[in-house]
Amino acid sequence: MKVLVPIKRVIDYNVKVRVKPDNSNVDLANVKMAINPFCEIAVEEAVRLKEAGTATEVIAVSIGNKSCQEQLRTALALGADRAIQIETDENLDSLNIAKLLQKVVEEEQPQLVVLGKQAIDSDNNQTGQMLAALTGLPQGTFASEVKVEGDKVNVTREVDGGLQTVALNMPAIVTTDLRLNEPRYASLPNIMKAKRKPLAVKPASDFGIDLAARTKLVKVTPPATRQAGIVVETIDELVEKLKNEAKVIS
Amino acid sequence: MSILVFAEHDNSTLKAETLKTVAAAQAIGGDITLLVAGYNCQSVVDAASKVNGVSKVLVADNASYEHQLAENVSLLVLELAGDYEHIIATALTTGKNFMPRVAALLDVTQISDIIAVESADIFVRPIYAGNAIATVQSLDSKKVITVRATGFDAVATDGNAEVVTLDIATDANISSHVSDELTESERPDLGAAGVVISGGRGMQNGDNFKLLDGIADKLGAAIGASRAAVDAGFVPNDMQVGQTGKIVAPDLYIAVGISGAIQHLAGMKDSKIIVAINKDPEAPIFQVADYGIVADLFDALPELEGKL
Ligand SMILES: Cc1cc2nc3c(=O)[nH]c(=O)nc-3n(C[C@H](O)[C@H](O)[C@H](O)COP(=O)(O)OP(=O)(O)OC[C@H]3O[C@@H](n4cnc5c(N)ncnc54)[C@H](O)[C@@H]3O)c2cc1C
Ligand SMILES: Nc1ncnc2c1ncn2[C@@H]1O[C@H](COP(=O)(O)O)[C@@H](O)[C@H]1O
Repeated sequence: MKVLVPIKRVIDYNVKVRVKPDNSNVDLANVKMAINPFCEIAVEEAVRLKEAGTATEVIAVSIGNKSCQEQLRTALALGADRAIQIETDENLDSLNIAKLLQKVVEEEQPQLVVLGKQAIDSDNNQTGQMLAALTGLPQGTFASEVKVEGDKVNVTREVDGGLQTVALNMPAIVTTDLRLNEPRYASLPNIMKAKRKPLAVKPASDFGIDLAARTKLVKVTPPATRQAGIVVETIDELVEKLKNEAKVIS
Repeated sequence: MSILVFAEHDNSTLKAETLKTVAAAQAIGGDITLLVAGYNCQSVVDAASKVNGVSKVLVADNASYEHQLAENVSLLVLELAGDYEHIIATALTTGKNFMPRVAALLDVTQISDIIAVESADIFVRPIYAGNAIATVQSLDSKKVITVRATGFDAVATDGNAEVVTLDIATDANISSHVSDELTESERPDLGAAGVVISGGRGMQNGDNFKLLDGIADKLGAAIGASRAAVDAGFVPNDMQVGQTGKIVAPDLYIAVGISGAIQHLAGMKDSKIIVAINKDPEAPIFQVADYGIVADLFDALPELEGKL
């Protein structure tokens, strides 16, 4: 069975992004970029399925400009077999990303598509669910465990009250949560090997989809900043302040 | 204009966040219908009919909605969607799960996690873990929106809406519920509590979280955690506060043994008062804390409990 893993190039999670002075967007010039952490978990899960003999091929796909090839190479170094870049300079809305991915699913016919639950730049948390809707497939979102059993996949999901397990007919869509696995580091030999693995590039305009924007970014502003408060010396002082100054306890 | 709001519940209780989501709908302006989809959920319907600002409650009480599987609920909302310009749910795990599915079925994109409404088609939402705030205009004919509850003040509950029972059962027959492993707790919900006390990696193990219990008892607080504490297995996943966990904004947030990574701050920095207990004076959490105390938590917590 094939596993398809859509990955996104995003700002490194350690970097605190800044807003441009003209409020048009955030400033990504010279900022360290990386594979979205949830996508890294998705790649790891797919590679483990292959190592366990459940999957036969792992395909990574990314939609973006040429620079996302860097993250596709990372996925290849982590164990994906081949990669597809869908080339566009636009920052596409999730629905359009999902429509492009739908075409890839139709072409590749994977049994599982594993996405991140959320891209840490847009914080949208929606592409996997949209892809599931467009393909008519079931979805196991926010997965902390994925077990393939015959023609079904059991997905344990992190939900507000704890954990929920659902059984999905395959093919199915899974989105990863943080505790699904701990991604490996790419070894130097695997990084070298990844350079020779196939990476196909297809222009987004070749897919025959109307990719017109669904949203308009009006402006981006910095968040309200909090003033650092005071350091108290004793618990007595803390309790006194909470009671009489902040008035949040009685 | 007509707005459909999805009621968040567990078949017995209407979640407090729904009252805030209705407030977001009021900010958009229009006739508000609340949808209760569940199974044996009459008590939720009763509570829903009292939510102020709601003119009608639609009830889909059917076994196919018992676990609110996205595949089934999205088909239900799709059937109803024709009558509404805005379809809104709370950005909790149920809404986050099925709403994008609704959006794609309607061929629109979703505006996720809004914290403010500028107009019927312009919304404000945090991006990059709350390090930037985006104002976004939806160009789609229908707006599918999830609401971050902490951005809105709850509406009152002395209303009296008309209740209409729907005769619909949509079962996609492609997924089924296997089991739940829910965390039992006598404490208030993280999202609804006025006081939250959270522990981080500094707590060292799950047992030590008991040190937070006495304080939580005295303050009527919910207990939360950082990702590091959840990953280490100290506490269950549903206690994680942060960019990718729960978003809270209580009157008082006490961070114990938590360094204050941006992903954690994203989930709590809108709290009214923040207290940090940390032995490292350089910990970033002190940059957002109203009151910080540089101390070993194993000394500070018992003393704090005693003095409350
Ligand atoms: C994609 C992604 C998503 C994430 N999402 C989240 C999220 O939603 N929520 C979240 O919390 N994190 C999240 N993180 C993780 C985040 O980056 C941090 O790693 C995490 O918040 C650190 O947890 P911590 O503060 O408990 O641990 P640490 O950073 O290890 O801090 C422990 C603190 O405890 C203090 N301490 C230790 N012993 C004592 C003592 N005896 N007395 C007093 N103080 C003591 C130390 O001084 C230190 O400051 C995410 C990360 C990624 C990559
Ligand atoms: N440009 C993209 N290319 C490939 N996959 C993407 C892209 N954008 C989003 N995804 C996938 O969708 C997931 C969720 O993203 P989002 O819905 O934007 O939060 C990501 O973790 C990726 O797996």
